[in-house]
Amino acid sequence: MNADVKAAANEVYKLPPKLFDARCKACWFVLGVLLLVAFSFGTLDLKWGQFLSPEAFAKMGKFLGELLQPETSPAFLKKLLAAALETLAMSALGTLLAVMLGLALALPASKTFDGDPARWRSLTRLLLNALRSVPELIWATLLLIAAGLGPFAGTLALGLHTAGVLGRLFAEAIENAPSGPGFALRVRGVGESRVFLYATLPQVLPQLLSYTLYRWENNIRAAAVLGVVGAGGLGQMLAFHMGLFQMGETSSILIAMLFLVALVDGLSFASRRWLAS
Amino acid sequence: MRVPVKRPLPGNTPPALRDPAWRGRVFWALAGLALLWPMLVLTEFKPWLLLEPDALKPALRFLSDFVPPRLDGDFLAMVARETWRTVAIATAGLTLALLLAVPMALLSARVLSISALTGRMALLPAVVRQLVRWLLIVLRSVPELIWALVFVRVVGLGPTSGVLAIALTFSGMLGKVYAEILDSGETHATTSLLRNGSGRLQAFLYALLPQNAAELTSYTVYRWECAIRSSAVLGFVGAGGLGQQMDASMKMFNGSEVATMLLVFMALVWLADRISAWLRRGLA
Repeated sequence: MNADVKAAANEVYKLPPKLFDARCKACWFVLGVLLLVAFSFGTLDLKWGQFLSPEAFAKMGKFLGELLQPETSPAFLKKLLAAALETLAMSALGTLLAVMLGLALALPASKTFDGDPARWRSLTRLLLNALRSVPELIWATLLLIAAGLGPFAGTLALGLHTAGVLGRLFAEAIENAPSGPGFALRVRGVGESRVFLYATLPQVLPQLLSYTLYRWENNIRAAAVLGVVGAGGLGQMLAFHMGLFQMGETSSILIAMLFLVALVDGLSFASRRWLAS
Repeated sequence: MRVPVKRPLPGNTPPALRDPAWRGRVFWALAGLALLWPMLVLTEFKPWLLLEPDALKPALRFLSDFVPPRLDGDFLAMVARETWRTVAIATAGLTLALLLAVPMALLSARVLSISALTGRMALLPAVVRQLVRWLLIVLRSVPELIWALVFVRVVGLGPTSGVLAIALTFSGMLGKVYAEILDSGETHATTSLLRNGSGRLQAFLYALLPQNAAELTSYTVYRWECAIRSSAVLGFVGAGGLGQQMDASMKMFNGSEVATMLLVFMALVWLADRISAWLRRGLA
């Protein structure tokens, strides 16, 4: 494609390609997208009439009006603080579990040197992909059956999904680490576990840390909403008060969520700058 | 070179036989444990409860139900229909998000400012840009699940709330990233057009868009993939699609149905990931 364009620039009389021809990739892409969009809108029973009706607007208006008066009684704020701390603890502990499980799975999932048979590589990668492709919320609903309502199920759900994500990232970091130090130890007959601890780990540790911090940031957002299915934290409170149409409480919880996310964003930005310097 | 370890060289201290940093390591390990304790209490972290017979029996029954996944024709047809609805909600939501995001991105992009061509941007456009940016921040910092919860209360159960929720959150993300892409590219062609008296829309269509089209499309395709994942999740609060059916089956402890839908969901995510990677490779 590019070669043609360059050739055309030298030949004065050559015409540009036709705007639409059968081999035009972009045209097919646009056509496909338009069809997809048309079918999507066509097959969904969207109730715009109901959404744009005066009653819906009145309801929305009432919602918004009540949302502007957050509940600030000290007793409620105390409960809110506890829930926010619970969310924070869920995300941190979930990330910690994910780091441990992810690292445990990343080791068999990586091929560290040329002669490494890495027998478990494809199997563990499959497991990591499966863990990763199920979202936290679905893990949480599955785990609620075993762990019951409460933050424990949410923590485990965060841990499982994030283990899939981190395991894959860790495995890639381990595979891409320079092989020199490991080789130097290996030729002297040092065992694999000590090669990992003294050669591979020190090299990849900064990268693992930055991945972990990034995922922790994501997990706080996830932990805040996980509770909607009953898995503890701010989300559970939100679903409860919104179910009772107590919009003042709902508004305070929403503000707390936004504040928590902003706080973590700020902290993680600062710590990343500190790690980089 | 061989240096005998036992006998130190004259004037040298003997090599450390123990980890010289052990004090620091022990301290930080203890500090970490001290921090971990309240977290374990707050999250009610009691893994042994998982092994108690009351918790273990229903969980095991549910899991053992997974094994032949339900595969009869009627059920598979329903799953296929709901899977399409999940994709359709994501696509429709992203289309609406695009309609919201493009004007906001154009409003907040710095390159398209005429007053900024000659020194500082004038006060009014600067204020408008900042306001649009704040609006984008608000839109994307409320998770789509919360929007969906609100809309389910207003319009009732069904795909409308899912589409709206995705439209609002994703318009915030798309608008911000579009504006960043437009601002970060080469601005020479755009400023030339603007300096020669073209309108801002003309400058966008003839200079800024052709330059950045591939990157903008690639990001949009990536977000479509994310929208599919989140539309499946939105079903859990009643916004239609695969998630809603999965939620219903889970509430009835029907393991075989859940197993089928989980497999279909994983296949869907995998397929969306492949398609999006293939398209983005084509665009690069």
